Amino acid sequence: MNNNKERHLISILLENEAGALSRVANLFSARGYNIESLTVAPTDDETLSRLTLVTYGNEQIVEQIVKQLNKLIDVVKLIDLSETDAIERELMLVKTKASGELRAEMKRLADIFGGHVLDVTDSTYTIELTGTGSKLDNFLRAIDKEAILEVVRSGATGIALGQKALHA
Amino acid sequence: MKHVLVRHEQAATHAADGYARASGKPGAVLVTSGPGVTNAVTGIATAYMDSIPMVIISGQVPTPLIGNDAFQEVDSVGITRPCVKHNFLVKDITKLAETIKKAFYIATTGRPGPVLVDIPKDVTIAKAEYHYPKKIKLRSYNPTVKGHAGQIRKAVDLILSAKRPMIYTGGGVILSEGSSELIELTQLLGYPITNTLMGLGAYPATDKQFVGMLGMHGTYESNMAMHHCDVLIAIGARFDDRVTGKIDRFCPEARIVHVDIDPSSISKNVRVDIPIVGSVPHVLRSMINVIRDEKLRPDSEALARWWRQIDEWRAIKSLSYRNSDTVIKPQSVVQTLYDVTEGNAIITSDVGQHQMWAAQYYHFDRPRQWINSGGLGTMGFGLPAAMGAKFAFPDQDVACITGDGSIQMMTQELATMKQYQTPVKIINLNNGYLGMVRQWQEFFYQKRYSMTYFEALPDFVKLAEAYGHVGMRIEKPGDVEGALREAFAQKDRTVFLDFITDQSENVFPMIPAGGSQNEMLLAERDEMVSPHDEGMVLL
Repeated sequence: MNNNKERHLISILLENEAGALSRVANLFSARGYNIESLTVAPTDDETLSRLTLVTYGNEQIVEQIVKQLNKLIDVVKLIDLSETDAIERELMLVKTKASGELRAEMKRLADIFGGHVLDVTDSTYTIELTGTGSKLDNFLRAIDKEAILEVVRSGATGIALGQKALHA
Repeated sequence: MKHVLVRHEQAATHAADGYARASGKPGAVLVTSGPGVTNAVTGIATAYMDSIPMVIISGQVPTPLIGNDAFQEVDSVGITRPCVKHNFLVKDITKLAETIKKAFYIATTGRPGPVLVDIPKDVTIAKAEYHYPKKIKLRSYNPTVKGHAGQIRKAVDLILSAKRPMIYTGGGVILSEGSSELIELTQLLGYPITNTLMGLGAYPATDKQFVGMLGMHGTYESNMAMHHCDVLIAIGARFDDRVTGKIDRFCPEARIVHVDIDPSSISKNVRVDIPIVGSVPHVLRSMINVIRDEKLRPDSEALARWWRQIDEWRAIKSLSYRNSDTVIKPQSVVQTLYDVTEGNAIITSDVGQHQMWAAQYYHFDRPRQWINSGGLGTMGFGLPAAMGAKFAFPDQDVACITGDGSIQMMTQELATMKQYQTPVKIINLNNGYLGMVRQWQEFFYQKRYSMTYFEALPDFVKLAEAYGHVGMRIEKPGDVEGALREAFAQKDRTVFLDFITDQSENVFPMIPAGGSQNEMLLAERDEMVSPHDEGMVLL
């Protein structure tokens, strides 16, 4: 058995019912599973929400997580996007110091990472970036730690490549 | 609809649970909001752990007051979420009928379980046209019933290739009404079979192929056969820690087939080789068909050798104990109860030593005859469960084997049993201790007994009489049988039999927590040894 902890991006179609989200969150805390990020929003079908979460675990744990999620009555369908070709995206908003030498440096790095400066003051930038979680991590590593004023991340979401589509 | 007014909401859930376990039909419970729900939680969790079909309808404060900390308000859906299969809050009267239908459908299909429906006060008085749907379909819930043909074929090949096979079955066989298929398959193969605590009765205990219960207090032969088998056929069982012992030494030589309706039960604790998701009777029927159609035969020579080995283990007589003519041995009470009832009574139990003795010495020959809280281990379960079983089968003898610790958690229900005339025989194995905890303190905590001795027990005879029942106190071994006969002769009376038993008797055999299945301790023979460090965590 593969005992290495691996990162999994699990995407769920959930009944848009009161309490459905807490059933998922409760499952993770009750069974001691890790949850790194979780994002949830309505879909084009008003009876369904789409929930995407990132978790870590070895093969056996992730197999259990998938089975236990499937057992929840409110879970309609789910896919482990790590097991298939998929695009992962996360949105990050970063407020940084931007005075003196930092001002040009910040703009240059934002450009390199394909970010946009959404708001400018005398002394700050607010930068928007999208990408995989690791790309966003890289950006935060690339800029001066002292310059970071605030970081907001949406949590990862994703979709399978090709013709494969998750629907009820 | 017949309503039974119990004296405590926990008892309501246990009684409905006992009814469901005895009859196979879902139990139904009605409780009020707030404390009504919180009292019911223990019984709901008990049913959930043992996969018992039950629907709980709870009152709730009026919709506009929800979230306002209103009088007797509690977040019932939130508080029960971790211990129900599903739950609902009905805010719209037009959704009520459909929700009730869904609740019973979810509770009784797939792997069964409790479902709670929370109904606010304003919804209970609202009016709507009544439409009860005939059928219900849930897009996200569709349990697999039929097993995968390819997997079944592979399983049959593995099962028939076995030199040292073992069949290990649990509560799933009883819940799915798979007993007759299990008996047919087991006898067709001629293999040894063991049942878990929850699975007792699925295969007749008096049959020669039955090697007894397995696990922490299972027989020597069943645990040794588990440890040494080369093919394990697990059916409707969930590899619980009281069964497996030390997990990395569990069935070290076995390839494993596992049949279960719940995919999440498979490979949860123990990795299996051939999983089959499906309902037990369906899957076993398919296996039987393959074996019969193709006239397949097990390896009879290997099987004969294996049985010789098992019979050697059996000859150790791991359930023997030293009887006494001065003090009542609790095991002998259960054995006498078995004789007096001719093995036919429905037996419920509470939790502790008496529960293990009941499982070991009352030989259950049919499913739904043995009713106990195996998963959650809820003291107080036995008496209300017996009442529920009696409602299901008024003409059968029902006995509750209990202890002085457990019975005190639910004695108020003696009043309910008087009011509704549900005569049950209460077999109280009274040793003045929380005996199982005392046993562990003796073995694993150097006899530092603490918080396990009752210095003030009630006079149970007077207690029974106070509620209008018959009470008997039995102190001498010679009086045990007579008392039991006298009690069971009083068909329409609840009789409380208070057996004063040996205070120091222990449950044997025993695998200390964290030990493996070939590390059993037998009565009289073995010195108790301290368990492994990792075992102490499980104490």
